[in-house]
Amino acid sequence: MRFALFLGCNIPARLQDYDLSSRAVLGRLGVDLTDIREFNCCGYPIRNFDFKAFLLSSARNIALANRHHLDMLVLCKCCYGSLKKADDVLRNDMSLREEINRILSEEGLKFEGNSEIKHLLSVMYHDIGIKKIKENITRPYSDLKIAVHYGCHALRPSPIVQFDDPVAPSLFDSLVEVTGAESIFWSTKLECCGAPLLGINDELSRDLTIRKLSDGRKSGADYLCTACPYCQMQFETVQKSKDVQDVGILTPSPVLFPQLLGLAMGISNGRLGIQTDQHGSNAIEAFLT
Amino acid sequence: MFFEISLYLSLVIFASGVVYKASGWFRHDFVDGAHHASPGFRFNKALRGIVGSVCSLKLFILLKVLLLEVLFQTRTMKEDRFRWVMHLLISGGFTVLLLMHALGNIVTIHLFSEYYSSINPFLCIRDLMGILVLLGLIMAAYRRIILKKRYVKTRAVDYYALGILGLILISGFFLEGTKITSRTAYVQMIEDYASTDDEQELTALESFWVEDYGLVSPEVSPPFQKEILTLGKEVHEDNCAGCHSSPQWAFAGYTVAKLTGPFAISLDRFKVTTALWYIHILASFFALAYLPFSKMFHIIASPLSLLTNAVMVPERSHPASILTRQILEMDACTHCGTCSFHCSTAIASKTLGNVNILPSERMIAIKGLAAGNQLTEIDVRAIQEGIYLCTNCDRCTVVCPVGINLRELWFNVREFFIQKGYPEPLALSPYSFYRGLNRNKISSEDYSKPLESARAAISGKYEIRKDKVFDLTDGNAEYREALSRSSTEKSFSYCFACENCTTVCPVVGNYENPQEILGLLPHQIMRSVGLGIKDLTLGSRMLWDCVTCYQCQEHCPQGVHVTDILYELKNQAVKNTPVPTTSSIPATRVAGSTKGAS
Repeated sequence: MRFALFLGCNIPARLQDYDLSSRAVLGRLGVDLTDIREFNCCGYPIRNFDFKAFLLSSARNIALANRHHLDMLVLCKCCYGSLKKADDVLRNDMSLREEINRILSEEGLKFEGNSEIKHLLSVMYHDIGIKKIKENITRPYSDLKIAVHYGCHALRPSPIVQFDDPVAPSLFDSLVEVTGAESIFWSTKLECCGAPLLGINDELSRDLTIRKLSDGRKSGADYLCTACPYCQMQFETVQKSKDVQDVGILTPSPVLFPQLLGLAMGISNGRLGIQTDQHGSNAIEAFLT
Repeated sequence: MFFEISLYLSLVIFASGVVYKASGWFRHDFVDGAHHASPGFRFNKALRGIVGSVCSLKLFILLKVLLLEVLFQTRTMKEDRFRWVMHLLISGGFTVLLLMHALGNIVTIHLFSEYYSSINPFLCIRDLMGILVLLGLIMAAYRRIILKKRYVKTRAVDYYALGILGLILISGFFLEGTKITSRTAYVQMIEDYASTDDEQELTALESFWVEDYGLVSPEVSPPFQKEILTLGKEVHEDNCAGCHSSPQWAFAGYTVAKLTGPFAISLDRFKVTTALWYIHILASFFALAYLPFSKMFHIIASPLSLLTNAVMVPERSHPASILTRQILEMDACTHCGTCSFHCSTAIASKTLGNVNILPSERMIAIKGLAAGNQLTEIDVRAIQEGIYLCTNCDRCTVVCPVGINLRELWFNVREFFIQKGYPEPLALSPYSFYRGLNRNKISSEDYSKPLESARAAISGKYEIRKDKVFDLTDGNAEYREALSRSSTEKSFSYCFACENCTTVCPVVGNYENPQEILGLLPHQIMRSVGLGIKDLTLGSRMLWDCVTCYQCQEHCPQGVHVTDILYELKNQAVKNTPVPTTSSIPATRVAGSTKGAS
């Protein structure tokens, strides 16, 4: 099983641990990854500015994966949502596809709609399967309560992204539970993390994040599990900010899913990019059996 | 005399040029007057930094960088083997030529007492190096003109560099070649060095030189008698061989001599050798004098950029020193295009047509800005847009062959622009995420200013007033029509105002009095789009506070693409942002001004 790994812009620059831990876990589960250095921005931010520039950015990535005859494995949910949206538009609107292909042809690329776009979690659940993951769990967690954070752009708009049931999703919960952790019920499970407004309206952005963190704490979660760099960085940033520390919402800390899974699979801290001096993530080991 | 005067003149221009350009590192800036440090202060800081680094263990880091990154150019090797070979051929070959050939009587002669430019191995090495440089130049021209890697732009500065080096090389080969065949040059040498004036001996020598040394003479012509050649060889060995290796060793020049041989007598009559000498010398001196003002200045600035970046820790450096380094880095840029080749956003330049999206091109524009050039309104807008469309993926910083800390440069320059430039609607998009993460680097007042001015610029154009009467006639129909062109977005017409979208919106839910803060709520925006009221749809703050979580769209019973429509409206609002007035341009900048203290 081989995929073209799409990292996007944030992960290589600011969240290398997500890259590292995903490779470690996927490698152990028998998934091969191809790095395509020519990949560019998925188009997520430019969609606010110019729709065609967005389509072109996204389409170029899909066309590159297609040239390698590979499906894409995407780590970021905003990248995932953007690529899925562009893919859907270009599969259905032939005149736009022609226009975009005209520009792509300068590089010998073509959008053909043959490459599937999958998020890390979908690959885990559908392509690898719970059974295989379970076989690889060597040190399951016990008494660990996890609040899974689904992430908006993976779930919605459901007809486009086709990730899971948008109202009652269970894919991420199943993946977390296979590690022996308990996926708890919390009411803001499907809500936004606040990241899209960081830098634009920090107060509102922070309010949304704090609401989720407080809900997670009230619901008894030890950790909040993410699978998107924006969400992860947003929770980390808000939790680290001084005024939040004063209020005392220090738990639940966010943890990246491949790190959570990797520890239960017996993969070392170093290979998962977990720094032992880092507040939060290392303490999760205490829950391993 | 001519040689000395032009040499010293070009040396003076070169030296003052270097001093002038280097002083720019301490004079130029792109920061606000308030944070301004004087050039003297910056020079002092830099000097202390250099002394501090050289007199510490960092010296070993500097030596390592000097060897690996400056001399062997390992950073280029990692990214692009072709360019690495090309650059090593040019830089290595030219350095040897400079030291051994141009400065032969100053440098080489002290190293090798038997040095003479026309004997081996020096004769052969000179041609070999010349050929290597020429090969490198051909590779460079191929890369820029034929290969044309994506987003690698070639400008006048690049053509100049290729052209001047090519001219020096080619004129050198031709000078050498025509000199081999030139009888004037031969006669001159006889007058200067021959110890005989016996007619027969001289004729024999000339015959020998025509036969074996490539000379073309109207006086004697082959075939020659064996005895004459034998005599000629004897005379040659007594008079010439001591400092004249066989010209075949100068293989490039000898090839030229053979090619131009049929015209050698005319070439000699018209003193082409002399003309070529002037061209070769003047081209070399011109290149020298103009070096500080051309992109060749990177010969000095790029090593400095690599060295300073290797030992400088931004967190522990004075802002004034960082600024000095950043101005130096602008001179270090060779416009090689590696950053643009790997840029995550470069593709957007294809649809938006803004060349400043490409980091290599933006660098040139910013260089002008720092040097105090006046920018037009259009320039400022284009640079500002280009720099804001950066996703901060850091790839340019990782790949830059001269180690420029582009991540930091873009951050600071972006800040300069959004504080001093036009209201930037892009500030209201996720492109601001990185700025939000780095909020602690910006004062709280400066932090919110560009966001507020962007909102004000947009809402200034579209009025939302309770007492305003909106016109629902033809103009609106046109606007509605324009929106409907986009296939998914025209779904607004299905809206029956059930308010589901507004009910599930987490942003609306965050406020006690959402309408006061957000302007129109999602369902109201959908209805206004349906009615074609442009002001209401584009002027609402809701557009910019939308988290694009798609709850509204997911929960719409009518299948209205609420979030997609909000995206579409944002696109329109950005496109229609009012054209700025001249008063807001950073035109006067702190152009080279030195007021203000540390």
